[in-house]
Amino acid sequence: MAYKCPEHVFLHADHISKIYPGTKALDDVSFDLLKGKVNVLIGENGAGKSTLMKMIAGIERPSEGKLYIGDKEVSFKNTTDARKNGIGIIHQELSLFPNLNVYQNIFMAREKTIGKIKLDNKTHIEATKKILKRLEHEIDPNTQVGELRVGQQQMIEIARNLVADDLKVLIMDEPTSSLSQQEVQVLFKIMRELTAQGISIVYISHRLEEIMQIGDHVTILRDGRYVSDADVKDIDVPWIVHEMTGGEKSYPKRATNVDWSKVENVLEVKNLCLPKAGGGYLVDHVSFELKKGEILGIYGLMGAGRSEIFECLMGLHPEHTGDVYLEGEKLNIKSISSQIDKGFALIPEDRQAQGLVQTMDIEKNCSLSAMKNYKKAGILLNSKVEGEKVDEQIKDIHIKVADKKLPILSLSGGNQQKVVIGKGILTEPKIMLMDEPSRGIDIGAKTEVFDIINQYASRGLSIIVISSELQEIVAIADRVMVLSNGLKTGEFRGDEIQEDTLVLASYKGHHTQNKEKEN
Amino acid sequence: MAEKKSSNNALMMTLLKGRTFIVLIVLLIFFSITANNFLTVGALLTVAKHVALYGILAIGMTYVIITGGIDLSVGSVAGLAGMIAGGLIQEGLTLKFAGVTLYFSVPLVVIITMILGAVVGALNGVVITKLNVAPFIATLGSMYICRGLANIRSNGATFSDLAGYEGLGNTGFEFFGRNFMGTMIPVGVIILAIVAVIAGIILKKTPFGWHVQAIGGNEKASKLSGIKVDRVKIWVYAFSGLCSAIVGIIATSQLVSATPKTGESWEMNAIAASVLGGTSMAGGVGSIGGTIVGAFVIGVINDGMTMCGVTEFWQKIIRGLVIIVAVVIDQFQRNLQAKMALQARNENK
Repeated sequence: MAYKCPEHVFLHADHISKIYPGTKALDDVSFDLLKGKVNVLIGENGAGKSTLMKMIAGIERPSEGKLYIGDKEVSFKNTTDARKNGIGIIHQELSLFPNLNVYQNIFMAREKTIGKIKLDNKTHIEATKKILKRLEHEIDPNTQVGELRVGQQQMIEIARNLVADDLKVLIMDEPTSSLSQQEVQVLFKIMRELTAQGISIVYISHRLEEIMQIGDHVTILRDGRYVSDADVKDIDVPWIVHEMTGGEKSYPKRATNVDWSKVENVLEVKNLCLPKAGGGYLVDHVSFELKKGEILGIYGLMGAGRSEIFECLMGLHPEHTGDVYLEGEKLNIKSISSQIDKGFALIPEDRQAQGLVQTMDIEKNCSLSAMKNYKKAGILLNSKVEGEKVDEQIKDIHIKVADKKLPILSLSGGNQQKVVIGKGILTEPKIMLMDEPSRGIDIGAKTEVFDIINQYASRGLSIIVISSELQEIVAIADRVMVLSNGLKTGEFRGDEIQEDTLVLASYKGHHTQNKEKEN
Repeated sequence: MAEKKSSNNALMMTLLKGRTFIVLIVLLIFFSITANNFLTVGALLTVAKHVALYGILAIGMTYVIITGGIDLSVGSVAGLAGMIAGGLIQEGLTLKFAGVTLYFSVPLVVIITMILGAVVGALNGVVITKLNVAPFIATLGSMYICRGLANIRSNGATFSDLAGYEGLGNTGFEFFGRNFMGTMIPVGVIILAIVAVIAGIILKKTPFGWHVQAIGGNEKASKLSGIKVDRVKIWVYAFSGLCSAIVGIIATSQLVSATPKTGESWEMNAIAASVLGGTSMAGGVGSIGGTIVGAFVIGVINDGMTMCGVTEFWQKIIRGLVIIVAVVIDQFQRNLQAKMALQARNENK
């Protein structure tokens, strides 16, 4: 029997199931994609959001169930099929060509030609400029994409979908996970423009405050099943969290009654500078200190110089200047391995590219940094000590593993992240540098990561956390340093740490440029 | 039903992992039927003697490929090493400024040759890490250079008598090409076994070995984990050079003469043995045991076909097919592995 979508529905997914070997990723889920609305899809990692969207975008095919557009049943063999029906997708993981430039990426597989043969690059460049202007990111179309920051790359990914003139549905799978607050606002503006044109948007995100701001209609999934759906105007964040988790959960608020002025400094950084290629500074005379057992947050927009500070401290930029003192002793920063030996640990920003060795098992990923300390007979690896240390870590930070000899990719994102953190902790650091430790993991896992941070800080580990999520940084940090355009534009502690003060400070550097260096 | 499928996958995986070994057994059975006298101790030891040469090369190659690199220079370095060893025995080392010629005892010649091989390998490593040259290009260059040097050493001629002289105290070089002390076991095979055991232990039982595997799996993550990536790579290429020098010595010793042509195109056999043994060209995955089995598969195919009277031209075609099929199966295994990881991930949830 044929199904007919109601007038306000663009696409109807009817009783969709997706079975992977051994598991049901989606279990009998029906979903209405509303015309000209921002359709939000929420659920913890593994709830089936991305799987459902992959069916609609033609990346995977449902095991059971049907898709309808209007009164027609449709089935997409691949993304090209879906695109013919006006459906575009922006992936969670970027799918750009880093070796090609901006306009080549944007027009990949839909090139304009002169006489069917010669590329019409003039049109490409013009159109690229136009679309990037609309996105308020005027990047030179000839820039190689690999040289762009992650946030800018995300904009290119969005631009890629916008150039299709017959776009009817745009699926965005966590598009904001690497965008700054400012970039997110630009993106939201674009989304409103699109919906005003009648384009439907599916929006997947873990950031609940964003959903309340941009969403029209919310559908919640849990463990591959439909839980509920509602108009955003009728609901609030606690309700969403309740539906997602099936119980109450919120960010843990860090509350300590320590008089920090009496605690000794572990780290002092004075006038740290990192020159930018072509003049100027990526890090511009930044000074700060870190106390024992303190959690220092670093907040700032993309390109504010946050990660670069970590990179300088880890010895990845030998060209940096300025003085770094560890426990009162001046450091001569040579290489990352010597910095790790001195007591620094880095939890990098990009888990897949910088954190994990995908070919190795869970145990080896966890022990990788510290294994050179587990030796017997001079050169042999003492696998007994190694195993004990890893087991300890797995227990200590609650990594959910059936068997530590399983491949690392058999873990969920949150548990992978915990393995990376465990790897850092096993080197017995004095200072842990965490770059976006909660990026791309679900709320449950986020809460656990914060628990780990709190727990280790109370044991005396000094931690610096970079985060783009205001709520997080407000909840977790004892003190927050704000960077803007390489400059330190503010430092807040205790009750001064408010979302609005942080945001305000994060724009300051763009005005004070060349006027005053000290702030 | 899902359970049955997953146990099927597990069985499939075991079969896939042991595939090279299974192929080896099948080949042995096949040739024992088709070729007379193939399955005798004598014939098999001859196969082993041939295998020893590129087997040792393949061990060094396996390390290199696991780091995500490649070493095309191994055959040439073996050739150069043979010429250095042969030259030192036959002509000695003439110091023009002092007007004397020094002759070294055979153990010293061997040690000098091995050190030189390791140095050449280390230079490959330095060019690759410090000067940022792609491994393929860097070792392609040193392949030509070493072959050229091997020819220059003797002006293209052969050092034909390496028996040494009692009076000079440098006899006994042929030891490495003969059987071990009255047994039927060639010394080369014993050396292969020793090198394989040591290399296998280092790869899987030492932090250094795991660092090698980590670098091939994700170099960036390895660096950020504090692994001295450049240093590890230089050691790995040095080890490959050392293996090449050992092979040069054995090959020269077998013939009791050194020719600059020794080892031509052996790098391809070494790569083939590694790949057949399950070493991933993408890096991060591989084992010494696998490589040894891979080397024996090639050896059995070569000698078996020769004994069956298959011409050399057809041998080449079959060898090529075997390698391609091996890699195709490798891909299949990887896909299955990814599928099983995904499955485990979903079950863990």
